[in-house]
Amino acid sequence: MQRNKFLLGGLLILAAVVYLIFSSTKASAQRFITIDEMNAEGSAAVGDSLRLTGAVIGDTIQYDPQTLTLTFEVAHTPADFDVTEEMGGLAEVLHQAVIDPTRARVKVVYIGVQPDLLRNEAQAIMVGKLEKDGIFYAEELLLKCPTRYEEAKPQSSN
Amino acid sequence: MIPDFGYGVLVLTFFMALYSAIAGIYASINKSQKLAESARRAMLLTFPLLSISSLSLIYLLVNNHFEVAFVYEVTSRTMPTYLKVTSWWGGQAGSLLFWSWLLSAFTSAVSIRKWDRDREFLPWVMVVCGITLAFFLSLAVFFENPFVKYWQTMSGEIVESVFRVKDAILFTPQDGRGLNPLLRHPGMVIHPPMLYLGFVSFVIPYAFAMAALITGRSDDRWIRLTRRWTLWAWLFLSFGLVLGGRWAYDVLGWGGYWGWDPVEIAAFMPWLTGTAFLHSVMIQEKRGMLKQWNMILVILTYDLVIFGTFLTRSGVLSSVHSFAQSAIGPMFFGFIVITFLSSTALLIWRWPQLRAETEMKSMLSREALFLFNNLLFMSILVVCFWGVIFPLISELFVGEKITVGPPFYERATAPLFASLLFLMAIAPLSAWGHSTLQTLGRASWKSAIVALLITVAIFFTFTQSVPALIGFFLIAFALSITLHEFWRATLARVHAQNENFATAFFTLISRNRRRYGGYIIHISMALMAIGIIGIEGFQYETQGTLASGESLNIADYTVTYRELASWDDAPNGVNYTRAVVDVSENGVYLGTLHPRIDYYFDAEQNMTIPGLRPSLRDDLYILLVDWQPVSSMGATFKIYVNPLMNWLWLGSLLFFVGITVAAWPDKDPEAQSARVRGKVYHSSSAD
Repeated sequence: MQRNKFLLGGLLILAAVVYLIFSSTKASAQRFITIDEMNAEGSAAVGDSLRLTGAVIGDTIQYDPQTLTLTFEVAHTPADFDVTEEMGGLAEVLHQAVIDPTRARVKVVYIGVQPDLLRNEAQAIMVGKLEKDGIFYAEELLLKCPTRYEEAKPQSSN
Repeated sequence: MIPDFGYGVLVLTFFMALYSAIAGIYASINKSQKLAESARRAMLLTFPLLSISSLSLIYLLVNNHFEVAFVYEVTSRTMPTYLKVTSWWGGQAGSLLFWSWLLSAFTSAVSIRKWDRDREFLPWVMVVCGITLAFFLSLAVFFENPFVKYWQTMSGEIVESVFRVKDAILFTPQDGRGLNPLLRHPGMVIHPPMLYLGFVSFVIPYAFAMAALITGRSDDRWIRLTRRWTLWAWLFLSFGLVLGGRWAYDVLGWGGYWGWDPVEIAAFMPWLTGTAFLHSVMIQEKRGMLKQWNMILVILTYDLVIFGTFLTRSGVLSSVHSFAQSAIGPMFFGFIVITFLSSTALLIWRWPQLRAETEMKSMLSREALFLFNNLLFMSILVVCFWGVIFPLISELFVGEKITVGPPFYERATAPLFASLLFLMAIAPLSAWGHSTLQTLGRASWKSAIVALLITVAIFFTFTQSVPALIGFFLIAFALSITLHEFWRATLARVHAQNENFATAFFTLISRNRRRYGGYIIHISMALMAIGIIGIEGFQYETQGTLASGESLNIADYTVTYRELASWDDAPNGVNYTRAVVDVSENGVYLGTLHPRIDYYFDAEQNMTIPGLRPSLRDDLYILLVDWQPVSSMGATFKIYVNPLMNWLWLGSLLFFVGITVAAWPDKDPEAQSARVRGKVYHSSSAD
């Protein structure tokens, strides 16, 4: 009898947790997507909550401090960790993406404080939505500069 | 010379740890006291050896030996000496050495203790600690060696190697790259070692648990021996988490303290299981129940600790914390799988011996409420784990990587945290063995009314948001019950012992430190919850570009921009740009703040330092975003008001008071609690 009660209590908690997890997942899921994948989807991707990665192109960074509007372009980079390793590491992949003019690019708009790490060849991870005008409106902007942290060997003097 | 010496000592220590583990196994199989003693001595040697190796590394760091790759990567000439020393854990290789050094220190501390009555545990504790230590040392010896040097070959190429490369000369760069400026902050200097201390000290309870499983001792001796270890581990881990939050608040410049970043979660997960463990061991001690459960928790905690170290160090997940990337990921993964499977196998083997001595009878008894508390902690763990691995799961099953952000965690954990608050309020009122709704109701109705009145007051003065009101009610309820417990027990002492109030209060706490330390921690949790509700639910912000003399208004605050100055601090390699702003509230001048941007030349990176005016009501948090050159003399600011934020920091301070009260060593720590079960263990503690 007592055992059943405890079992019931446990099941109730379990059910509640499962419900919480699934409903919350549904409410806040963002698809991880590369620029090529997003372009391939075309208008189907418009309006979805996406998590986009790409390489920041330094020349395109513009910041209007009056409105705190930050605009820049990012170039396609592969998302796969192994592919990145094969191509010579993240820093190299980002570098290639930026200097290659044929790479797919997308314009990003972000309203807020300009992040300290935003610079040429940084990896940008942006959470937001693609709108009909083809611009990606980021609500969250996360940056990584692999050259800073990865093992970059010193330049030889000769 | 020094790098070779340091590396040599490191290799030696690796073999020493390995020997200790193997000797430990042989010792217990052959019942050899001599071998066990030998294993113990080998383990005791690892600490001085690793200290020597670490000192070699520190020597290299402090004296700008940039021919050593690690030194080149984490220091530069302009860094002050204390930062050069702390660069020890500023990079991958060094932090592995640091981890190992801490573990050897703790293991030595355990080895030194008298083992008279726990002889059978000794070799197995050595085995578990030895294997763990050998694993971490093997990473440093074979994969991430902090003593690797640069060599320049005939063709001018730079290669890394410990030993001289054929036809190559040692290459010494002019200057190092310097520690990432984000990490040059006092909070960041202590945050990693605190987390590591917490991580590493959890290895000790795990080692004892495994020793208990292997030797088949099903009593709670291992728990009593490691109770204080667990508390200190918990203290350090909590301290590390809070410091990390404070660092993010002060340095990352986004007005927040916790971002549900995978790496934060990785450090949070062992905290969850550790907290559950701290609670459930009490039930095993007092009632002889949940023995199997405690084993599960300690195994989980251990592997989550390794997982946490792995996540912070492997770069497999994209996160602000991935300062390091390397190939040691698979090694960690393998180690976690092996230790998890073997400990689980041991547990299954001993499962029947670990049955509960009594049965749980009442749903509202103290032990049942503790069990619910445990289930809630585990539920939060499951939510966190789900969130972290969801991208991998979705890729496997849907073929597409899908992530969940902070809203997922907030939404899914909020009701669980609220339930925990509720349990925290009523659990201390319930009795061991049996409680009913009537007894609980009688004990808590007054507090409930007090909490309700406070909630009504908040409704009229602060917010009408229902979730926030529920939160505030639960906080008020928990606070009122816990404070009433202190009040009631102190008054009882005043009457019974004829003491004055203060004496009665302090004697009360010192006589039953475990209980009242725990209550202090409960109060601190409620205070922290106030801060969390405040900043999560009521943060507001504004922004604007101001010319000198212009103002921005936010809430009752007026922020007036005065001037801006920019100057170089050449010795430290930094350029400072500092704005001066006046803050007033409803026309009353409050003070001047200096939000600034530091630019580090060696790292070519900015760091945004907020101007902060804290108060118990709210924090005014001003960021300098941008500034114009002399012509227009304007500057752009982003301003946050973070209501109740300081309650979070206050709560965390009280938290440390609480743990210290609970964990402080005393002469006869367990005599009182052990009596409850009829069996009195005369025990010494493990520390």
